[in-house]
Amino acid sequence: MTEMDDLLAVNHLQTAFDTDQGLVVSVDDVSFRLKPGETLALVGESGSGKSVTALSVMQLLGKGSRIVGGKVWFEGTNVLELDDKLMREIRGNKISMIFQEPMTSLNPVLTIGYQMCESIMLHLKQSKKEAREAAIAMLRKVGLPRVEQIMDEYPLALSGGMRQRVMIAMALSCKPKVLIADEPTTALDVTVQAQIMQLMKELCEESGTAILLITHDLGVVAEMADRVLVMYAGQVVEETDVYTLFDHPEHPYTKGLLKSIPRIDADEHESLESIPGVVPVRYQNIAGCRFYNRCPIATETCKSVLPPLAITNEGHYTRCWEVGNIKEGVWEEAYE
Amino acid sequence: MFNYVIRRIFIAIPVLIGVTIINFIIMSMAPGSPVDMLISPQIPAEALAAKRIELGLDAPAYVQYLSWFKHLLQGDLGYSMITYEPVLNMILSRMGPTLLLMGVSLIIGVAIAVPLGILSARKQYSKLDYAAVTGSFLGISVPNFFLGLGLIYVFSIWLKILPSSGMTTLGSEGGFGDILLHLIMPVIVLTANVAGRNIRYVRSSMLEILEQDYLRTARAKGLKETLVINRHAVRNALIPIITVLGMEIPILFGGAVVIEQIFSWPGIGQLTMSSIMSRDYSTIMGLNLTAAVIVIVANLLTDITYALVDPRIKYSK
Repeated sequence: MTEMDDLLAVNHLQTAFDTDQGLVVSVDDVSFRLKPGETLALVGESGSGKSVTALSVMQLLGKGSRIVGGKVWFEGTNVLELDDKLMREIRGNKISMIFQEPMTSLNPVLTIGYQMCESIMLHLKQSKKEAREAAIAMLRKVGLPRVEQIMDEYPLALSGGMRQRVMIAMALSCKPKVLIADEPTTALDVTVQAQIMQLMKELCEESGTAILLITHDLGVVAEMADRVLVMYAGQVVEETDVYTLFDHPEHPYTKGLLKSIPRIDADEHESLESIPGVVPVRYQNIAGCRFYNRCPIATETCKSVLPPLAITNEGHYTRCWEVGNIKEGVWEEAYE
Repeated sequence: MFNYVIRRIFIAIPVLIGVTIINFIIMSMAPGSPVDMLISPQIPAEALAAKRIELGLDAPAYVQYLSWFKHLLQGDLGYSMITYEPVLNMILSRMGPTLLLMGVSLIIGVAIAVPLGILSARKQYSKLDYAAVTGSFLGISVPNFFLGLGLIYVFSIWLKILPSSGMTTLGSEGGFGDILLHLIMPVIVLTANVAGRNIRYVRSSMLEILEQDYLRTARAKGLKETLVINRHAVRNALIPIITVLGMEIPILFGGAVVIEQIFSWPGIGQLTMSSIMSRDYSTIMGLNLTAAVIVIVANLLTDITYALVDPRIKYSK
């Protein structure tokens, strides 16, 4: 497997935060591949490092956090080595991003039109007039009504769902190769959620844009994703295609997650399962498996030795000592 | 918007009347009267009594107030009880120097505070930030009169390069250069104050904005950091500053009383001080009304500017 063939290849990414206690590695050894047009979902609970992974790819990490290891290949270039100017040409142009909070992600004192045209003029080198037309066309595409007026209105005139549509229009206006969507529907109500997801999927299929979808909602994963990456405590614990994930999950954490989803066909008196315990606070210092303290099948080895993310089947990678061929001691690392 | 302004002006009228009533009550409760200030051993008691009647000071306070108010409605602020000049003329002739002093100080103060506050927030906890915050703290906490006297000592007495008082050199033609030279020290004092207060406001406002999600959106578009700051952040950060600047005008007016006294600047502040010292009732009333009008106008302008720059604010009806 070479990173050159893939659109986006993240290799052993490590992102750390400067804290009072020194450098704390929050995203530890995350690797994945994204092919053109594919949708890859990054799932995990809050604090598992999903958003930090996405922001690392964009190099939009805030103050006090930085990438300390790994490579991010995009179209054959390691973008971590690019200077600020070249990186800016990728941001919003070839890789764009949608954020979780549509209510606060738009600038309240600039018109929608201005904010739309800004990136079109910057990246596509269009005139004001052309950019305005492109922006109007894009807003129409995302299904907004009275588009011409909205162009001159401020974000306060729009609801959360409409603002997220504007964000999608903005993100897709330069026809990016990759769209990173960081929990794009978490802040929206359920009926709007489905519409927004559908819209994203349609538009990206149309333009061949690959999606890196960050979510904690397994329902969304089932609906949208081609492949899934399950993250736990800053590491990838399982990666596979979406069907295998739901039918044959291997990692005890993934299994636990799937069991904790309410099912419509469940027995009336059956209580919902949950994973006992919580994510360890300072998981960076754990030598063995980070899921050890909550794992129903943990052994002594798990306590002291970190399992590798190893290939268990074609296209299925799991980080667990107790799974199939890894248990037998015959395994190959998923990402060299 | 237009209706809103009209309504605000109508609301201002009772406020202004209230201010003059309170001012009159406090003034008549204070010991002494214009006549007392004339007392010298040579003046017989009968002459003083006659003077009291002539000035109308023998009537009950409310009659005095109503008489003042009646004249006010006709646009007449009365005559000074000491110099017999029309109060309106006195105030108007003093207004120019005060506006010059305040205007220059406000402009320079803001021109220093806004960029420095923004820079200070962007480079939080850097040496520049600490220097700006410390400077701002000094600007706020060193009293005007102290800084003023200190400057006079250094530049007028010691170095002898700047004039210590007045707006023009006595006996000279005056002229632009001369006024400028006289302006330097009082402007430094007031500017230190204005900049000191506002650096901290701008800095904290900017710090808050720098955390906002929409800046991340702007960066995610691939905008240059300078554009992210200048187009997306500064605009938002300056909105709360407008309120502070609106309040700056009344504060400067108060500060002018002290500073004009120290530098003998022939403005409103000096007139206020001297008319209080001589219990010049009619002039005090006129000055007070002027100050109240300025505060109300400043507030109204603040609100209007607010609505112009922040689309989230719309005044109903």
